[in-house]
Amino acid sequence: MDIFETVFVRNSLVVAFAVVGITIWISYVLADKLTAGRIHGSAIAIALGLLAAYFGGIATGGSTGAADIALLGGIGLMGGGMMRDFAIVATAFGVQLSELKKAGVAGVISIFAGVVVSFIIGAVVAILFGYTDPAAITTIGSGAVTYIVGPVTGEAIGASDTVITLSVAAGLVKSILVMIGTPLVAKYIGLNNPQSAMVFGGLMGTTSGVAAGLAATDPKLVPYGAMTATFYTGVGCLLGPSILFFIVSAIY
Amino acid sequence: MIVYGVALLSGCLILGMLIGESIGVFLNVDANVGGVGIAMIFLVLASNSEKFKALTEGAAGSGIKFWSAMYIPIVVAMAARQDVAGATEGGLLAVVAGVAAVAVSFALVPVLSKIGSSAATNED
Repeated sequence: MDIFETVFVRNSLVVAFAVVGITIWISYVLADKLTAGRIHGSAIAIALGLLAAYFGGIATGGSTGAADIALLGGIGLMGGGMMRDFAIVATAFGVQLSELKKAGVAGVISIFAGVVVSFIIGAVVAILFGYTDPAAITTIGSGAVTYIVGPVTGEAIGASDTVITLSVAAGLVKSILVMIGTPLVAKYIGLNNPQSAMVFGGLMGTTSGVAAGLAATDPKLVPYGAMTATFYTGVGCLLGPSILFFIVSAIY
Repeated sequence: MIVYGVALLSGCLILGMLIGESIGVFLNVDANVGGVGIAMIFLVLASNSEKFKALTEGAAGSGIKFWSAMYIPIVVAMAARQDVAGATEGGLLAVVAGVAAVAVSFALVPVLSKIGSSAATNED
């Protein structure tokens, strides 16, 4: 057992490549045999990843899912922000400039609309659950924007730790739901061209959610959605502790 | 050389991140504002330009294509390191807020996409 641990831990990133490779192979076989190709193989692989993350989190009590299991530590590096951003940028290779220009205005509108709409919904839910403190309402609303905007806003305006934790949880629910839900609703919301993908990225905003959701829907759409989504968290961090907090404070 | 493409990709990301970080500092926001998006625009510009041909064609290009193809495996690893257990422990409020935000945002995609396409036809 010791030999296994030594080798696996020392070569963690290589182990991650192998484990992810096997997972994807199994997922594509399942997609082919069980669903006759109706569900995308990568959608199954992402769902398996989330399932592994759930059990990893339960088993270890950590906050980075399967990466908290010592033998799978390399998953943390492979799926971390650095590699994710590197690969996302690589998907832009071969994208036509004209496609970006076509959806430029709608893309920008969608970023602001997405932040404000998600914030309002999160804030309304907080009020329905009985919160009356403007800082708490604003922080939970910001959590519904993304799980980064929640704590950034909460710390800036002095919300309690409990509320900040809640806002992170709300953002995580959003991100995971976008990963799973996007391939299921893509057909009904017209998500099949670069323009709607840019609007989608701007509205959803969670980079992880958009990245995984579009990968499971149609990998060709990834660069367009990712491009707008990466501005979303910044805009959220800008609006949350400022204008949005002032508006909530004025009402309450 | 494959590494030329990889280096171009890295250069775009670093440059984009620096700009995104600067915008964050400028706006007094504790976040990288659009660094990845800006990096993507640099790569699009480079791959559409004659000047960067040596870095984007042939073997150099396959250095970029490799990382583009690694995107889905990386996303699977990313899914496996999410705090799913934490999300489910947030209780009903977190679930309701998250679900409602996603549902409404999904519904807005076709609405805003229409704005985009009508604006494009007006310009034409």
